[in-house]
Amino acid sequence: MHSEEPEGNQLVPSKGQNLDPHLKRYAARAEGMTASEVRALFAVASRPEVVSLAGGMPNLAALPLDSIASEVAGLITSDGLVALQYGSAHGVPGLREQICEVMAIEGITGHPDDIVVTVGSQMALDLVTRIFCDPGDVVIAEGPSYVGALGTFASYQARVVHVETDSDGLVPEALRQALAAAAEQGQRVKFLYTIPNFHNPAGVTLAVSRRAKILEICRQAGVLVIEDNPYGLLGFDGQTYPALRSMDPDNVIYLGSFSKTFASGLRVGWALAPHAVREKLVLAAEAAVLSPPVLSQLIVSRYLATHDWKGQIKSFQTMYRERRDALLTSLDQHMPVGCTWTKPDGGFFVWMTVPEGIDTKAMQPRAVTARVAYVPGIGFYADGFGSRQMRLSFCYPTPERIREGVRRLSVVLEQEMELLRTFGPASRRIASGPQTPSPDTA
Amino acid sequence: MSDRTVAVLSGGLSHERDVSLRSGRRLSTALRSVGLTVDEWDTDGSLLTKLSVQQPDAVVIALHGGEGENGSVQTVLEMLGLPFVGADSHACRRAWDKPTAKAELSRAGLLTPDWVVLPHSTFRELGAQAVLDAMVARLGLPLMLKPDQGGSALGAQVVRDAAELPAAMVNCLAYGETVLAEQFISGVEVAVTVVDSADGPVALPAVEIVPESGVYDYTSRYTAGFTNFHTPARLSAKTAGEVAELAVSAHRLLGLRDVSRTDAIVDDDGSIYFLEVNVSPGLTETSLLPMATEAAGRSLGGIYAELVDRAIARA
Repeated sequence: MHSEEPEGNQLVPSKGQNLDPHLKRYAARAEGMTASEVRALFAVASRPEVVSLAGGMPNLAALPLDSIASEVAGLITSDGLVALQYGSAHGVPGLREQICEVMAIEGITGHPDDIVVTVGSQMALDLVTRIFCDPGDVVIAEGPSYVGALGTFASYQARVVHVETDSDGLVPEALRQALAAAAEQGQRVKFLYTIPNFHNPAGVTLAVSRRAKILEICRQAGVLVIEDNPYGLLGFDGQTYPALRSMDPDNVIYLGSFSKTFASGLRVGWALAPHAVREKLVLAAEAAVLSPPVLSQLIVSRYLATHDWKGQIKSFQTMYRERRDALLTSLDQHMPVGCTWTKPDGGFFVWMTVPEGIDTKAMQPRAVTARVAYVPGIGFYADGFGSRQMRLSFCYPTPERIREGVRRLSVVLEQEMELLRTFGPASRRIASGPQTPSPDTA
Repeated sequence: MSDRTVAVLSGGLSHERDVSLRSGRRLSTALRSVGLTVDEWDTDGSLLTKLSVQQPDAVVIALHGGEGENGSVQTVLEMLGLPFVGADSHACRRAWDKPTAKAELSRAGLLTPDWVVLPHSTFRELGAQAVLDAMVARLGLPLMLKPDQGGSALGAQVVRDAAELPAAMVNCLAYGETVLAEQFISGVEVAVTVVDSADGPVALPAVEIVPESGVYDYTSRYTAGFTNFHTPARLSAKTAGEVAELAVSAHRLLGLRDVSRTDAIVDDDGSIYFLEVNVSPGLTETSLLPMATEAAGRSLGGIYAELVDRAIARA
């Protein structure tokens, strides 16, 4: 045998090695940025053998790619020197005007000057949090809430207080109580973050009858409202709901996006804010990215000008409705007793609750082995709840694949219930905090 | 420069796909840096066609978990008559199944923490609490719970309180049908890479693992900075020699080939316990084999290029 170890009885001299020499230098906000088993398992979900009911990626297959390609080519030929140059942090003026037309569908009257174009609405959310939240400030959000928003709030060290949500969305009385409790404890609540339409992940829509109440409660409490509305035009019957912003323009910052209605890869979103706030958002955007990509903005602008974008959205609605139907029908057919789920009338997601004692995060490896993926509910809460829930996406797989995915998931659940019968309920695990979003969870 | 063409297999469908993809990328870069031509391939339905069309001189398996370590991919390569780096399919099967490897090495006189192996069905049929009580009576607390197969500490957990056991069992059984429960040994955790050479298997310097959290779990393994490493391990030269000897013995006794990594614990009395052996050690930026390689003054690409030559020579 050969060994490269030295001889002798002395301790082998050795220098400790830490693979991150910057470890002690990170800001406190980087604390939760660690490797995660949940995230690693999503790598398997990208394989075609796995039915991914996890990803929130829009299905772009219906886009007229040839026509868009010639528009982009024409754009570079005619306006290349503008399209490939820096732009303004405020956004391309023509696009801002078109965004006003888009928002008008949901009753919003906005001025183009009060719009800030951003790199997806995720950046808009980041900018809003940046200018409003100091460490320790409180953000009120639905329970559950969008994982990407929780990641943003965590990175600014804001505390999230979740408020109960039912099939009609945020519960006004629960919001009132949460605000009162926060005031009693001397907490500084900066804003309510809400996704009123076709919620991610809950799949519910805030009842129209609740909207004025929610706004009134927030106004009375001196709390701003951040209305995040990426799915608002994806109602399966073409229905839209009055935007909160349309009902209280002075106290609502509206976040919009072209990611679900056109092309997520272009990363074009926006914020519509009261004038004074908008000025700060522009300065914050300048500090963050100088300007959002001009090329992406001009592509969106051309698309809106030259294509039947409303007709395209209608075709998306039809496609997603078919997928939603496949998911709901399959859940009815296959899910064991004790499972309940929401029934969305738009958007991408169904929120499922599994029988007491099952921990959806602990079950995830079994699901991956069975070649089906979902997002465990715990990621959609900042406070450790959600262990009995999971988000199921119907936006990307075909109806046939969705049906197969649900069948596989039902087998996994049966196996997990068998474990439960053997060992009793899994104890509730504490969340390690929100993970930053990936395309799989966005 | 070499005119060898090799196929690096990574990815796959195991729970460790993500880690494997990172290992594959790092290994491919290392092999290219020493002049080999490298194709990086996932193991999917197109693999056999690619192997038959491209006819690489050798295959290097950077798959972790499942088919890449349990002998299945090795069996296919053996059927195709393609040279590959690493243990043959039979040896992979022995090493992959942790209880089999422990039993074999224990029979040969190596120390390994006392253990029991039980499938879910036993708990179901005999009553979980009674079996868990017997397990605790036998192994004491704390105890180590892990899936009987698999790596990257997925599903592994130190159980310090009997009340935690049912939940830990549920977590563990999400990765497979059978659990391996081991007596928990407190001490210095080390990993020893063994590489075959013309003169026989050689142990590279042991890497001592000191996770900040106290547990070398998935997060500690793959978040840079969450674990401190000492290479060589802070052991007396005598113990370091014994650790190296244990790793080489495990490599030989299990019939391993080319490269392996043995994980072991040195307890406070200096006794060395075999924990498990890996036939396809991790090669990521935070993995242990590359650290050992560097401490030995050798390059990852250089070592694997030699192993490629050995694989081709024995074909």
